[in-house]
Amino acid sequence: MKYWYKILSVLLILYTIFWGLLGPVPRLDILNETIRNVYYHVPIWFAMLFQMSVSIWFAIKYLLSNNPDDDMKSFNAAKVGFFFSVPGILTGCLWAKYTWGTYWTFQDPKLNGVAIGILIYLAYFILRNSIIDELKKARISSVYNVFAYVMLIVFIMILPRLTDSLHPGNGGNPAFAKYDLDSNMRLVFYPAVIGWVMLSWWILEINNRFSKLKSKQND
Amino acid sequence: MNLAPINNLIKKEFLLEFRQKASLGGMLVYVAGTVFVSALCFTGKIHTHEWNALFWIILLFASVTISSKSFLKESKGMGLFNYAYYSPRHFILAKIIFNMALMLVVSLFTLFFYIWFVGGVIQNFPLFFVTLVLSSTGFAGVLSLMSAIASKASNNFALMSILSFPVLMPMIMVSIRLSKQAIDGLNWAVSYDFLLILAALNVLVIMLANLLFPYLWND
Repeated sequence: MKYWYKILSVLLILYTIFWGLLGPVPRLDILNETIRNVYYHVPIWFAMLFQMSVSIWFAIKYLLSNNPDDDMKSFNAAKVGFFFSVPGILTGCLWAKYTWGTYWTFQDPKLNGVAIGILIYLAYFILRNSIIDELKKARISSVYNVFAYVMLIVFIMILPRLTDSLHPGNGGNPAFAKYDLDSNMRLVFYPAVIGWVMLSWWILEINNRFSKLKSKQND
Repeated sequence: MNLAPINNLIKKEFLLEFRQKASLGGMLVYVAGTVFVSALCFTGKIHTHEWNALFWIILLFASVTISSKSFLKESKGMGLFNYAYYSPRHFILAKIIFNMALMLVVSLFTLFFYIWFVGGVIQNFPLFFVTLVLSSTGFAGVLSLMSAIASKASNNFALMSILSFPVLMPMIMVSIRLSKQAIDGLNWAVSYDFLLILAALNVLVIMLANLLFPYLWND
């Protein structure tokens, strides 16, 4: 049955929303109850990263195959990934306000990495919109997609060497690394990651079908 | 690999550049003017490390300006000739080498004006110079490819900067760190790590440009 993952994703997310709020969590300094954000904020980022990886996968595939379908999928995945970055950044900002006392700080490599990632995908959308010819648009934006993704990954790898992270678990802060030991949290966190990633896949599928219908209508 | 075509292409680039002396001269006046205006505005208000960051911002804008016309000056007929006569890999390599030389010249000029107007405070000059060489190479690698992309789209300067700023960020941040260490006169041993990162970034960028440019070439 091809609907199973859709039903499962909804069930998993509903479960994590409720049990994430009700379930027991360890008492940690500074974090206190805000540790529950790990059930919402982190899985949303995972979904975004997953979509960005899907996007570059299809971009490479397009460059090798020249099949317009691949480009369409790559573009849609970038769109969905970008869509997930909004709740990701909002949940992060709110959480930061309560734990770090500010909505945004430049002292944290994860924040900087995400900001650069969002700028890169905005640039990708603008690039796509500034080219009219469909084939040209597909080829050029795929090239940029591949290049930008690699640079983003490199950036994320280099950044922690430049500034120490404020994120829990880094630089001596109270740690989510401990949740690996806390089996109660693991019971919510892993289903949440799987649920959000599957939901993002579902959204991508809908987008792809929509684009296909649209291109058929145009033909 | 046969080096003769690359040689010819680089020779052609230099010939074209020196035939239009106004463009290189304009670039030098541009950085001189920017440095002078910055010195006028900021003297007494900011200190060594802020000057360092400002230096890289000026270089960033200058590099983007230099390279944005790198593919624009290829006329239509010229493009066809290049397409028939050269391989894309040779072509992009020649562009990168030429842009690197140009950026090194411009950054040395910027440094010269900086020392003139702001004052020389660099304690480990060789390290600063190596940083400049490495970053010019990296900038040239990224910006040559971005300029090729922007020239295929409706080429405007804004698009060029939108595409390249986020992608250049890793290099800029490592370079700022390195030049800060050079200004503070730290030992070479402290900087090996970052020098290695910058060199690795250069290799990666040039490889990526070589891999991806052929896809931009044939249309």
